[in-house]
Amino acid sequence: MEISNLQKKLKEGKFVITSEIGPPKGTNIQPHIKEAQHIKEKVDAYNVTDLQSSVMRLGSLATCFLLIQNGLEPVFQITCRDRNRLALQSDLLSAYVLGIRNVLVLTGDHTILGDHPSAKPVFDLDSVSLLKAASDLMNGKDMMGNQLDGKVEFFLGAVVSPCYEPIELQLIKMEKKISAGAKFFQTQAVYDLKAFENFMKKVEQYKVPILGGIVLLKTAGMAKYMNENVAGVNVPEKYIKMMADAKKEDRVKVSLKIASELINGMKDMCQGIHIMPLGWDKYVGELLDMVKI
Amino acid sequence: MIYSELKNIDEILKILKENEISLIICNGCAEACKVSDEKSIKEIELKLKENGKNIIGKLKIDFLCSKNLIVRKVSRNIEILNNSSALLVFSCGIGVQCVSDIIDKPSYPATNTIYLGGFQGLWLGKERCAECGTCYLGITGGICPITFCTKELVNGPCGGAKNGKCEIDKEKDCGWVLIYEKLKKIGKLEILKEYQNPRNYKLLEPSSQLRKKVYYDIDKNEEL
Repeated sequence: MEISNLQKKLKEGKFVITSEIGPPKGTNIQPHIKEAQHIKEKVDAYNVTDLQSSVMRLGSLATCFLLIQNGLEPVFQITCRDRNRLALQSDLLSAYVLGIRNVLVLTGDHTILGDHPSAKPVFDLDSVSLLKAASDLMNGKDMMGNQLDGKVEFFLGAVVSPCYEPIELQLIKMEKKISAGAKFFQTQAVYDLKAFENFMKKVEQYKVPILGGIVLLKTAGMAKYMNENVAGVNVPEKYIKMMADAKKEDRVKVSLKIASELINGMKDMCQGIHIMPLGWDKYVGELLDMVKI
Repeated sequence: MIYSELKNIDEILKILKENEISLIICNGCAEACKVSDEKSIKEIELKLKENGKNIIGKLKIDFLCSKNLIVRKVSRNIEILNNSSALLVFSCGIGVQCVSDIIDKPSYPATNTIYLGGFQGLWLGKERCAECGTCYLGITGGICPITFCTKELVNGPCGGAKNGKCEIDKEKDCGWVLIYEKLKKIGKLEILKEYQNPRNYKLLEPSSQLRKKVYYDIDKNEEL
């Protein structure tokens, strides 16, 4: 029995599209919900990030619940950065009773990178042991083996970085995540289709659905910054040039052209795509109109 | 002083798959806390032999935290080391890391280094021991994931390293990339696939027994 639309579509072999909501720094969430509603015919589920970039914000759990109330399907992102094993397990129980079924488990960025750099980095569990804890909860037990009064049901996912070096290290961890209960993967942003194709060949054996990651380029500077600083991201020179050559008023058009080219290029290699608009939520609909799926 | 305790023999045998073994024994703190005194070594030797292990050699070094002393001893005993397929190290976590850094053989800790509440002596080399009480060095190629990984991860890296450097500092090596390279070099990469349980933070509260046994020894001696 499939417990979410996302799981059902993947099981039926249909191509899946997920997008992402980054909750605001504050309580002004309504514009984000509205943007999500605009594209609901085209998007299967919305990831809600968990204090992305280690910046203190509105939480993922509450935002996921608001999406459900508005008839939209969330993917609850949960990281190991801010909570110990008691709080993580408790939040998974909370997520379940609030109707959340898709959960994406991540390690999380280090606290030093965010807006509270002096905070204590927790990392009590890691992405593998948190997946395992979630699997335990699905079996009616906590991670110490204590019986639960009412268990959870989740469609568990994890992340992988296809262009990370050394890739073997990612693959070993991916295998561990699968053993710990991950049933689908969303990837880091992909800009190099050849590298993505090589990666897909390597992971074919695992038989888990992969949703290729798409990040909309906003400027040439952003591309260069990511190449220097973001792990597993390599924006090719031709895309940087396209963004640099575009007039300011044409940047969105060029950015969407690049993204649609990438989606069209990867759609036959993987089981879906995951769009990370990073604030450009309002262009996701237009992008999806441009691609042939 | 850095305080360590012997792992039990089952724990040692779980990581020590090789049969041709040399023992590398620290004659410093480890000797003082009786994990590397003659009696302990004899007992472990016996148990290793019972389990089909061949002890090729025993190298006793005054302080394993001194790489100079290790190099000197190693250069005089190259043959013994060449004939060994793995090393079992009786020292704190720093000694194991130093041995592993100098000798390209799988080096396994025979001990767990125990938390004493903070002070662990002076150490100015790159190796660090967090005294976590669950020595991981045997499964990580002798490089400590607790002190070398900024997030203290035990099941492999996060996705944050770029060009082998940590996401928080471009000049800081990613501990897990170092571990990967070392395990690959010594042909032990498959160890990385094993699931590691979450850490036991209970071990970061020294027991009252330990407080009595270790903390106050010095005070008492001074009084005498």
